[in-house]
Amino acid sequence: MKNPYVPFPMRIEDIIVETEDENVKTFDVSFVGKEDEEQFVYTPGQFAEISVFGKGEAPFGMASTPTHPGRLEFSVSKIGLVTGALHQMESGDVVGVRGPMGNGYPLETFKGKNLILIGGGFGFSTLRSLTNFILHDSNRGAYGNLTVIYGARKPGLLLYKKDLGAWQQRGDLQLHLTVDKGENGWQGHVGFVPDVTRSVGPNPKDAYAVVCGPPAMIHFSLPVLKELGFQDEKIFLSLEMRMKCGIGKCGRCNVGSKYICSDGPVFSQAELTQLTGEAHF
Amino acid sequence: MFSSARIVRKDRLEGFLERLLEDREVFAPVRKGGLVTLEMIDSVRDVILEYENTKESPKAAVFPQRETLFGYQAEKGKVALDVPRGKEKEQVLFGIRPCDARGLLLLDRVFGGDCGDPYYAEKRAKTLVLSLGCVNPNPTCFCHSMGGGPCSPEGSDLFFLDLGDRYMVEVGSDKCEALLEDEAFEDADEKSLALSEKIRKETEASMTPLALNENLKEHLGRLFDDPAWNALAETCLGCGICTYLCPTCHCFDLCDEAAGGTGERIRVWDSCQFPLFTQQASGFNPRPTVKERFHGASSNVLSTWISVKS
Repeated sequence: MKNPYVPFPMRIEDIIVETEDENVKTFDVSFVGKEDEEQFVYTPGQFAEISVFGKGEAPFGMASTPTHPGRLEFSVSKIGLVTGALHQMESGDVVGVRGPMGNGYPLETFKGKNLILIGGGFGFSTLRSLTNFILHDSNRGAYGNLTVIYGARKPGLLLYKKDLGAWQQRGDLQLHLTVDKGENGWQGHVGFVPDVTRSVGPNPKDAYAVVCGPPAMIHFSLPVLKELGFQDEKIFLSLEMRMKCGIGKCGRCNVGSKYICSDGPVFSQAELTQLTGEAHF
Repeated sequence: MFSSARIVRKDRLEGFLERLLEDREVFAPVRKGGLVTLEMIDSVRDVILEYENTKESPKAAVFPQRETLFGYQAEKGKVALDVPRGKEKEQVLFGIRPCDARGLLLLDRVFGGDCGDPYYAEKRAKTLVLSLGCVNPNPTCFCHSMGGGPCSPEGSDLFFLDLGDRYMVEVGSDKCEALLEDEAFEDADEKSLALSEKIRKETEASMTPLALNENLKEHLGRLFDDPAWNALAETCLGCGICTYLCPTCHCFDLCDEAAGGTGERIRVWDSCQFPLFTQQASGFNPRPTVKERFHGASSNVLSTWISVKS
């Protein structure tokens, strides 16, 4: 029996400071063991538990894409014990990793369909993974039109600026960036994500919407999608709860009969409406 | 399901337990600090078999309150992990109650078999459950209303029932083949079989059933926002001790105990009744008050995780 509690080592190769307040950093890590690399087969939307030995573990969605083998990226907001310790680490340091965990986005269901990805804040990390996955040469033809709506409180808090710049240059992706509050030099849109979604007005025909971000953004985005004609089965959300084990045993991430860690974190809105009131946005 | 029945005369039980102790760890009810607790025994003289329930369930024998998952030695740029070796000896849970034996079956759904928890599975495989039926159940007991019974052999490798001067022993699994070769066991006679059936029926009939709705699960789902939860939660201190005593509660925390670069990742019991259990790093808590936590635990125990893990 493989021991699901024992992490394998990964080495930090690079650390990118994502935000102007330096509170979000992306850790680019490489596998130390060849076997660990071979066994780590993941899809966008899945997550892993990162160990800082002596401090503990915390879960993070993979911000990287499986089309870039050998490396994983995790974007970490400095907020607690483990994330604080991670932010102190340097290139060359070793962390522990358990995973991949969770179900990930339903890539097969999305094939041949138009996709509208709606993200906010640092919840955007797995949507970045999904976007880069679809944009990869080997996958782009399998999916329809791709629309990405991404917002942050202010321009300096938008993540993955290098990717955003590259995506803006492409003709096969519609990118709509927005900030709650503009600042000097911001040429882009100012407004909340749900309002931008309404004005972009994606067509629900042959389309799926994927939503990941803070609860308030989800709460106000769902009625907009409904207004636009998206049925509950065509809306997917990536949820978050406090997690420890990541394998459906430690008991803290359940919503009704579903464990966010092992049944999710990705659910359709149709599935969520079947669950208890805790899952209703 | 039960292949055969045996008899152990009461004056031969002590000898049987002594022989068990020769090469196994034996946990049995003993009196400690005015309560009856399940303890690893050194001497069979400490064992008491006339009691209602032990203070704690036997779950700690397979799911310890604190357990080392691995040790580690970390230094700049590398880490070495060391997973502890499992138990060497078999362990026997002797004299536990049928409700606690059944509780282990529910824990199996979370940790056992193919559920991928090697720490639990290894201990469980080396555990023999020798339970003792209740002939005098506590007035607050409710096993019979939850599908179990005071004399139910479910979950037991051997099930003992007190017939006065002897115990009827039902064989519930093939894990005890070696034990049954002990000289204390005799074949059961018709008279003992009939007496055990009579005791079983009388004991079950003596219990007052809980007034549970047959469609409890369905009702709980619909009552999510019912104001009754407020009144129920007002009686709860949120201390979490119910989850520590419950034979089926299995929530845990994972944390590191470290001194310099050396330390351990440990698993410790946790409780859904504690405010930090679900509190996220941002400060957001989906179950912020005793009401949500009480509601969560009640729904979980009576409805949701049973359906998840079945």
